Amino acid sequence: MNAGSAAVAVPMVRAERVRKSFGQHVALREVSLTVAPGEVTCLIGPSGSGKTTFLRCINHLERISGGRLEVDGELVGYREHRGRIRELRPRDIARKRREIGMVFQRFNLFPHLTALENIIEAPVRVHAERRSEATRRGRALLARVGLADRADAYPAELSGGQQQRVAIARALAMRPKLMLFDEPTSALDPELVGEVLEIMRQLATEGMTMIVVTHELGFAREAADTVVFMDAGTVVEVGPPATLLTAPAHERTRAFLSKVL
Amino acid sequence: MATAGIGVGVDVDAVPLRHPGRWAAGVVILVFAAMGVHSLATNPNFQWGTVGDYLFAEPVLRGMWATVYLTVIAMAIGVVGGIGLAILRMSPNPVVAGAAWLYIWFFRGTPLLVQILFWSFIGALYPRLSLGIPFGPSFVSGDANHVVPLFAAAVLGLGLNEAAYMAEIVRAGINGVDAGQTEAASALGMPRALTLRRIVLPQAMRTIIPPTGNETISMLKTTSLVSVISYNELLNATRLIYARNFQTVPLLIVAALWYLALTSVLTAGQHQLERRFARGILPRVGERR
Repeated sequence: MNAGSAAVAVPMVRAERVRKSFGQHVALREVSLTVAPGEVTCLIGPSGSGKTTFLRCINHLERISGGRLEVDGELVGYREHRGRIRELRPRDIARKRREIGMVFQRFNLFPHLTALENIIEAPVRVHAERRSEATRRGRALLARVGLADRADAYPAELSGGQQQRVAIARALAMRPKLMLFDEPTSALDPELVGEVLEIMRQLATEGMTMIVVTHELGFAREAADTVVFMDAGTVVEVGPPATLLTAPAHERTRAFLSKVL
Repeated sequence: MATAGIGVGVDVDAVPLRHPGRWAAGVVILVFAAMGVHSLATNPNFQWGTVGDYLFAEPVLRGMWATVYLTVIAMAIGVVGGIGLAILRMSPNPVVAGAAWLYIWFFRGTPLLVQILFWSFIGALYPRLSLGIPFGPSFVSGDANHVVPLFAAAVLGLGLNEAAYMAEIVRAGINGVDAGQTEAASALGMPRALTLRRIVLPQAMRTIIPPTGNETISMLKTTSLVSVISYNELLNATRLIYARNFQTVPLLIVAALWYLALTSVLTAGQHQLERRFARGILPRVGERR
């Protein structure tokens, strides 16, 4: 899983001194981070540390205020032309986003569509995939997240854990090369957390590049190749889970871990 | 030991509480209702016989259909125009958003009756209407009184005014959809227009439909205003009759009965539509995990 050839491959995500401010409030100050293809990275840190903001910058849901952010070797939201950086048209931004799957804390399933319709909506409308083909793949994805029998259920008829599994299947239906998870289990009842983490663990073993904002340190320890500790809009410490979670180098990391463990 | 009527596994057998107030209110209302029915039945001035004679008279039925037709066309203009205006109003371009705001401000700020009269007198304001290049040559042109006939004046007056009200209803509906829905669609790479059409509007419909039903019912009755420009809808049809035979009250009752019947039909239809668009929100009957 730990990409041996990552050193020569183009990094999946490369952030260089990324800054983001909302008016007066500075959410990210100089965040630098590299994620190799096939790598699973967990972002941890106290709330308000900028983890979610950084994640949202990666698929341009937030526009960065400074620095440089690349996904698979291409700038996010901009293009370079004769030495200048130009904004992309919305249509091109949308095209880039199709390669990046995102799973939200509050699931954000479309409530007026069934589980299967949620999954096939974008492939059919955006990729112009044949409905029969999309349906076949959609059912396979539902089976993969253990919900083969709930294809015709509306989101309101599903538990939180089931909704989040459908949301993961919906993102996978676009065949993304990178998956972003924004606190995917934070809105779930404790007994439903396991089923969602199990799907994510599977996905990690299959070699999907994943960036996960999470409070589930157990998941980070088992599934992550790299853990990133963020605080107050900066990356404090980066390292393999074994080191970072058990013997952190920084005082702030230690203080955070002692509070949550 | 259980006393009479109280105990584990035994149905409670208590003396029910009396509600004398409810009985008194019921009796009072029934007395008033009886008086009303009695007067309807015995006061000869209602002339129920005449009402019966004209209820299905040919000119009345024609007027009734004209009212239905006018309602449908005016609401169609109102809904389509309202959705368009709401979208323009939310445009990132301030000129576009400002123009939509101005439209809504004008059409909501002046009485509908005045607007209808304006449309019917458009010929006095612009004797000739033409289609062409702004400030340049025109391709088609014609006498305004021919270009805007009575029906067009009625439909424009009602429809353009309705669009202003519908715009606010649609806008409230769109704003009511959770921002997470747009984000999820963006994250899937769906373009803005597609997101609006497939994700946001269908959900906004749930909040848009009940007030739109009310608007339609209101429109059905408001169409009676165009009788001032002598467009021959239901009210005007009955007015023409009582202008000749002076049976004013029975003919107004004829009109009222038809309006009541039509609004009742619309109310039933509104209920059906609301159920249809509650899909995924209300649990489906007879189906549960």
